[in-house]
Amino acid sequence: MKQQLDYLGTLAAQGRISRREFLGRAAALGAGAALANTVLASAVRAEGPVKGGIIRAGLQGGESTNSLDPALNLSQVMFSFGKQWGEFLNRLTPDGGLENLIAEEIGSSADAKTWTIKVRDGIEFHNGKTVTAEDVSATLQRHADEKSQSGALGILKGISGIKASGKEVIVTLTDADADFPYLMADYHLVIQPNGGRDDPNAGISAGPYKVTVNEPGVRHGGERFANYWQGDKLGHADQVEIVVINDATARLAALQGGQVQLINRVEPKVVGLVKRVPGVSIEATSGRGFYPFNMFCDTAPFDSNDLRMALKLAMDREEMLDKILLGYGTVGNDFPINDAYPGFPASIEQRKFDPEKAAEYYKKSGHSGSILLRTSDVAFPGAVDAAQLYQQSCAKAGITIEIKREPGDGYWSEVWNKQPFSLSYWGGRATQAQMYATALASTADWNDTRFKRPDFDKMLQAVRGELDQDKRKALYHDMGMMVRDEGGMIVPFFNQFIDAVATDKVTGWVANPQGEQMDGYALAACWLSNA
Amino acid sequence: MSSPIVKLVAQRIALGLLLLLAVSVLIFAGTQILPGDVAQSILGQSATPEALANLRAELGLNDPAWVRYFKWLGGVLTGDLGTALSSGQDIATSIRGRLWNTLFLAFAAAVVAVPLAILLGLLAVRYRNGPVDKIISGLALASTSLPEFFIGYLLVFFFAVKLQWFPGISTVYDGMPFLDRLKAIALPATALTLVVLAHMMRMTRAAILNVMQSAYIETAELKGLSPFDVIRKHAFPNAIAPIVNVVMLNLAFLIVGVVVVEVIFVYPGMGQYLVDHVAKRDVPVVQAVGLIFAAVYIGLNIVADIAAIIANPRLRHPK
Repeated sequence: MKQQLDYLGTLAAQGRISRREFLGRAAALGAGAALANTVLASAVRAEGPVKGGIIRAGLQGGESTNSLDPALNLSQVMFSFGKQWGEFLNRLTPDGGLENLIAEEIGSSADAKTWTIKVRDGIEFHNGKTVTAEDVSATLQRHADEKSQSGALGILKGISGIKASGKEVIVTLTDADADFPYLMADYHLVIQPNGGRDDPNAGISAGPYKVTVNEPGVRHGGERFANYWQGDKLGHADQVEIVVINDATARLAALQGGQVQLINRVEPKVVGLVKRVPGVSIEATSGRGFYPFNMFCDTAPFDSNDLRMALKLAMDREEMLDKILLGYGTVGNDFPINDAYPGFPASIEQRKFDPEKAAEYYKKSGHSGSILLRTSDVAFPGAVDAAQLYQQSCAKAGITIEIKREPGDGYWSEVWNKQPFSLSYWGGRATQAQMYATALASTADWNDTRFKRPDFDKMLQAVRGELDQDKRKALYHDMGMMVRDEGGMIVPFFNQFIDAVATDKVTGWVANPQGEQMDGYALAACWLSNA
Repeated sequence: MSSPIVKLVAQRIALGLLLLLAVSVLIFAGTQILPGDVAQSILGQSATPEALANLRAELGLNDPAWVRYFKWLGGVLTGDLGTALSSGQDIATSIRGRLWNTLFLAFAAAVVAVPLAILLGLLAVRYRNGPVDKIISGLALASTSLPEFFIGYLLVFFFAVKLQWFPGISTVYDGMPFLDRLKAIALPATALTLVVLAHMMRMTRAAILNVMQSAYIETAELKGLSPFDVIRKHAFPNAIAPIVNVVMLNLAFLIVGVVVVEVIFVYPGMGQYLVDHVAKRDVPVVQAVGLIFAAVYIGLNIVADIAAIIANPRLRHPK
């Protein structure tokens, strides 16, 4: 039966019999609908990408205040759209490695202080101009300039010089950084003609789609760029469109009604229902994002490590994961790294809920009275419930938590990184060193736990300059331990991206832990099954 | 037209303008009270103190509030709404498309809702206290009692997900064919119609019933006019003032009160635009949108007042 079924599946995938006919004949063979659909999906995939048609995604995270300037890309919609029209030096692969794009090769000097980016030949911008080393260096220079207000400014701070020479761009760093190629994969660093200096909002790069529609907060669209340099890999549909749908229910309705084929941010509580919708599959991917409870290590009463330890031990992670994320995630261990990072120190012991020990530490800290925890729905979905759950598990250790629900409006400017104990979220970074540098280095703007330790900074600097893998691993282990035992971050769990795909219409989805929507590449990498 | 009526109308308009000025002060004061600093929100977390100071000076945030108010008012009066802080775009240009979308949706809903409400009101009066009246009133009241987001989701569930007749998200854009546009807004327009229908219908019914108690209605009946003609020729024209009032009030709601419906159907109108910019502390945009909403509201109320004045024979023909 299997052979006949496979044969029929191939016929259907090639369009020689209709989908309906296939399902009918499969049923005659005694195959259930689920098996038949699986066979058809794999047959379609095996046929390879089909060109043509329009793929649409309904995404949360777009506002009428968005602009096309890649330096200002912050929202999920602009992140995804940037991957459609933009081309990058390189990108992260699902297994955490790097795939070179415009860069043919990124090589370093022995001390990891001078990096040479070799620019690939024959890549064309949407305006017909060829991509040169000058364009690459101008792009990096623009993003490294304070005035551009680029979101990539933080990761480019360590650069002391950028210059183009022939087909190469030579970047010199003030301090050694073995992870430099990973930094280049940042989603802000869209390579643009003359670095986008002439008009940062022009939306011209060398990606698989040319920008045709740009209505911030409403929709963004592109048509296939005929001269895209690797058109066999990306850019299968003739057109792509992103419709901004910030309302979760509307997003799901649009997917069910067939107006869009991909959506992001399915709420965990409706995942069970969505799974029952025919032709739709849920793609839950573990990423690097996590939802921390942040304590300021330099502000009373959190300046006592005993109190911080008590609060960490009073967190019931399993229950939290179960009730807030409904299992769509993994438990955290009070440092911002999980196994999605290359070189994750797996030997660090998992911290468990231990009310007795928490009570001991609490007594030792000498603190009395209630502790104020600030939360809001915008911190992460379910943040208010998470705070209440935490309040109860703390009560078991004799610690009184007072919850203050802050208005979502202004939470990121007035509460996060301003108040000593609050809930937040982090999206994760490409490498461990980058994550630590962004969130835990003494000088980091976003050091939202006020963790200021010269010994930690020293280890961070050492790991960045270290090219020996074993030594790096040992350093990462020590850094993880220090943050876990002495830091101000309680990490109950790492979340998953939950996307939904209309698998009866779209093929080619590959799970990618680097970001939601296949790290933004879903529209360009998927194709319509019967275009 | 006699002079007292012109005077009355002029008075109304002048009052409306004065009210608008007062509202502009309120809006300005309100946006000053909002928590958070504009310069801080623009620059984000990585703002250095120098950059903050520069930006504050550039935006004129160091001037006293009343100076900023008059600068802003002067700009508005000359048609310059300023530029959005978040995207740097000209506000007047970006609002134009959004306002047009909102007006289009409101207009489409009104075109269906107003005649339907008045017709149903007339029918309810004609067959008052009978089963027809009861059914009309019952259904209308039921649709009004349901919150608009619930009606919206019900419509999406049945007509977009189950039957797939209409799209569940109302994306419209420039250059969209007219019929496509109508199809796109079918569900939100229906939701809005259901929300405003009952109010207008009940007021029409009440206003006409009130007139029906008058002696001249009895005369009309006695001279042998059919019940519907009595209502159409004698009762309705005399009940027009309260009906126009309630219609205008509902039209104003259709324009300024559709934020929820716009969010559910992802409709690119003014409501969504306002919400986005409030979240970004984009004060110039919030002020501009607030002022436009206030102007629409006050304007429609002036129209209602003037219609009431003109429709009132005692005011038209003063002794």
